[in-house]
Amino acid sequence: MDSHNIMFFILAALILFSSIACVLTKSILRAATYLFFALVGTAGIYFILGYTFLGAVQLMVYAGGVVVLYVFAILLTRGRKDQLSQNTKTKIFASALLSLAGLGIFVFAILKGNFATNPLAAPNEGILSMNDVGSSMLSTGDNGFLLPFEAVSVLLLACIVAALVIARKR
Amino acid sequence: MIQINCLLILSAIMMFAGIFGFLTRRSTLAILLSIELMLNAADINFAVFNRFLFSGQNNDGFFFTLFSIAITAAESAIAIAIMINIYRHLKDLSADKLDKMKW
Repeated sequence: MDSHNIMFFILAALILFSSIACVLTKSILRAATYLFFALVGTAGIYFILGYTFLGAVQLMVYAGGVVVLYVFAILLTRGRKDQLSQNTKTKIFASALLSLAGLGIFVFAILKGNFATNPLAAPNEGILSMNDVGSSMLSTGDNGFLLPFEAVSVLLLACIVAALVIARKR
Repeated sequence: MIQINCLLILSAIMMFAGIFGFLTRRSTLAILLSIELMLNAADINFAVFNRFLFSGQNNDGFFFTLFSIAITAAESAIAIAIMINIYRHLKDLSADKLDKMKW
């Protein structure tokens, strides 16, 4: 039981608690806060896997950008009803049953799948260097991702324009 | 001693928490929060499969996760712009009140 495993259990407990609390809490602002903690825990999982760049991107884009955007949207659209509206008991029960059944099937399939993998070793720095990330992003070779990279940049441009057009005052 | 099963079950629980929220929430912003949870669970799976099964061979899962994060950010920006526009017109964001597409 080294520090690597202890950190994993702390992060797993954080993620489990916050993602379940995120969908069960009544106030939507609290739901956004719990989502924030679930995303930070996910960044920690990426760090444990050794993908440090991915963890940093997750922290910057999700925890720094998307959650702040959500909090602004929640505060901007808050009216008299900031509580989440109530559902009927049958609907909540049916949804919980459906989710638990799906989760049971997933867990069964995962445990049955029997992946022949070694347990995760403590991450070393050399899994994926920034050099590899950069050259993969801009190459067209075997491990190259130039086309999706350019497609994402066009997507972001379209997204900026569309957000301005949709949200502007008429 | 972190096995692949631990991480996969962790992301499965996150996924189904998101599905539960998606089915029970009424406010469209809360539905979007649940969608974020589901996307995040899928991202964890990409990274985990790449790290455990193909470490040292290729990095496809890593880049899938990277692009997925970018697309999610774009998606939530557009969705929030739409929400704010809806709120400006209807003053209500409950999914069961949004039954007319034209205003």
